Amino acid sequence: MVRLLRPTVAVAVLAGLVAAPWVVDDYTSALLARTLALGLVAVGVALLTGVAGLPTLGQTAPYAAGAYAGALVGGHLCDVGAVQVLVAGAAGAALATATLPLVLPARGVVLLMITLAVGELAVVLAGRWTSVTGGTDGLAGIAPTRPLWGLPVLTTDRARYLYTLVVVAVLVGLVLLVLRTRVGLLLRAGRDDEARLRASGHRVAAHVAGVHVAAGAIAGAAGSLLATAQQYVSPADFGFDTSALLLLGVVVGGTASVGGALVGAVLVVAARDWLFGALPGQAPLVLGLAFVVVAHLLPTARRARPPARPRPASAPLGPRPADARRPTSATGVRA
Amino acid sequence: MSGVPVDPYVVPALDGVAYGLLVFVAAAGLVLCFGVAGILNLAHGTLFAIGGYTAAALLDGGWGSLALALVVGVGAATAAGALVALLLTRVGAAGHLNQALLTFGVALAGGSLLVAAFGPDDPPVRVPAALDGSVVVAGHRYAAYRLVFIVLAAVLAGLLHLAVRRTRAGMLVRAAVDDAEMVATLGVSPAVVRVGVLAAAGALAGAAGVLGAPIIGPGPDTADAVLLLSLVVVVLGGLGSMTGTLLAALAVGQIQTLGVALAPSAAPFLLFAAMAVVLAVRARGLATARRAT
Repeated sequence: MVRLLRPTVAVAVLAGLVAAPWVVDDYTSALLARTLALGLVAVGVALLTGVAGLPTLGQTAPYAAGAYAGALVGGHLCDVGAVQVLVAGAAGAALATATLPLVLPARGVVLLMITLAVGELAVVLAGRWTSVTGGTDGLAGIAPTRPLWGLPVLTTDRARYLYTLVVVAVLVGLVLLVLRTRVGLLLRAGRDDEARLRASGHRVAAHVAGVHVAAGAIAGAAGSLLATAQQYVSPADFGFDTSALLLLGVVVGGTASVGGALVGAVLVVAARDWLFGALPGQAPLVLGLAFVVVAHLLPTARRARPPARPRPASAPLGPRPADARRPTSATGVRA
Repeated sequence: MSGVPVDPYVVPALDGVAYGLLVFVAAAGLVLCFGVAGILNLAHGTLFAIGGYTAAALLDGGWGSLALALVVGVGAATAAGALVALLLTRVGAAGHLNQALLTFGVALAGGSLLVAAFGPDDPPVRVPAALDGSVVVAGHRYAAYRLVFIVLAAVLAGLLHLAVRRTRAGMLVRAAVDDAEMVATLGVSPAVVRVGVLAAAGALAGAAGVLGAPIIGPGPDTADAVLLLSLVVVVLGGLGSMTGTLLAALAVGQIQTLGVALAPSAAPFLLFAAMAVVLAVRARGLATARRAT
């Protein structure tokens, strides 16, 4: 049953997404295009958080880098969407590579903290580096994109939405294909038992670096889609609340599922946009309470760690090794 | 520095000390939460904002109002910290993702309530009339309140150090970091220690918010700004070392004031550069910081 259910749901979701711009008005199409770009960032978050076990709050940094790179390329060099997506992906990957020394040794809460600091610093930088990013006013009037050489430029909200949908579908398909290979197995193995994977001769640090850079490239490509869909980029698109919403979407969608993350993020962002329209004054309060409720509802279901393997009867019941206590070197107050 | 006239940089440097000490008092709470309970409290900036709004609402230029604001602000922030701890006890063991979601939700809802109560503008803050003027420091006029703040914050930092090193509560906290199970067998519930630590972190944030309101004023963006500065300082300081956090806070203070005065065009990159420098110095990375200093 479940085997049949998943593809059915996937096909239904895809059909709904393709049909959407003919059902809703232009404004909603534009909102949906932006939401899909965020959903693509969420795929990167799920790749890091769920598949590789590296929780992150900082994917807005490569997302912002990609958005500005895409907007600048679109404005000055080339209006071909494929080029913009590639350049933006490279910008996101480059930013992720630059922050690798910070994130490589960190896991768990420490990683959340460092990635959050990196993401927030990137937003501050975007707001202050006025000569390139336009500061807090943002970059407006980005020239319309043409998807490929020889195709017409995208002038309507519906066309921009469909372009976003095609790019997102291609990239998500690529991620899903790669995860079906050995790479996916290695990433999951690193999440479940890093010490054992390392002991068996795998270079875990290289895997971790690779998944960080890949997630950065995905977020960068999503940034270019945002610039195309919205024709405007400003630091407000990459705030702290965006990272938290993405994380909420990924948790709601099931952390280890890439498709679930996409759907979860789209649902959460759509709910946010609807809430801000329906309850202009109280939206942040309701949204905040929703976060608290979700955190209380999900704990047992999302614990995700498989139960410990039963010990052989002869093994002494000493202190459990690896995961029994937090290493004091990672956290701890030293005066 | 022989060729550069030092004179114009005295005021930014002093400002940097005041700013750095303020960030330290705010970040110290985050270090405590993080070190003892392993909790990344994203609502920490909101606790600071509670103190700031209290100061803006209560200060009327007299000394009595400052004392009252301090009591009310610290009390409210402590209560809010304890509330976060209570909410977290149900989620506690379920992993850092849920902790991050929960504390962010509290921050979002709390920020919304603060704006609803105090309005969307940045309220003005009145310092006690006796400190409203300026004094002359090395030939420069300097705001008297900031000088007093530097002394107060230094005293607060000293008291915090003594409390962690010398009191029974501080010893329990350090013991809970080293081995929570052993503390539990000694008859002290780690859950109680955790609630106490989060409440104490709230008190620190509230005190920083009240005393620092004339420096980092309350407003809708305050919570995010303070959380970011505290995070950067905690990461730079080595994730858990109080001394490291103090040094990092003072350095960030200088970067944000003296650095901007010396190299305005490079200002946006200076915090990134500071993180890069710290990494270069400690090549092994921060998360693997050594066991004991």
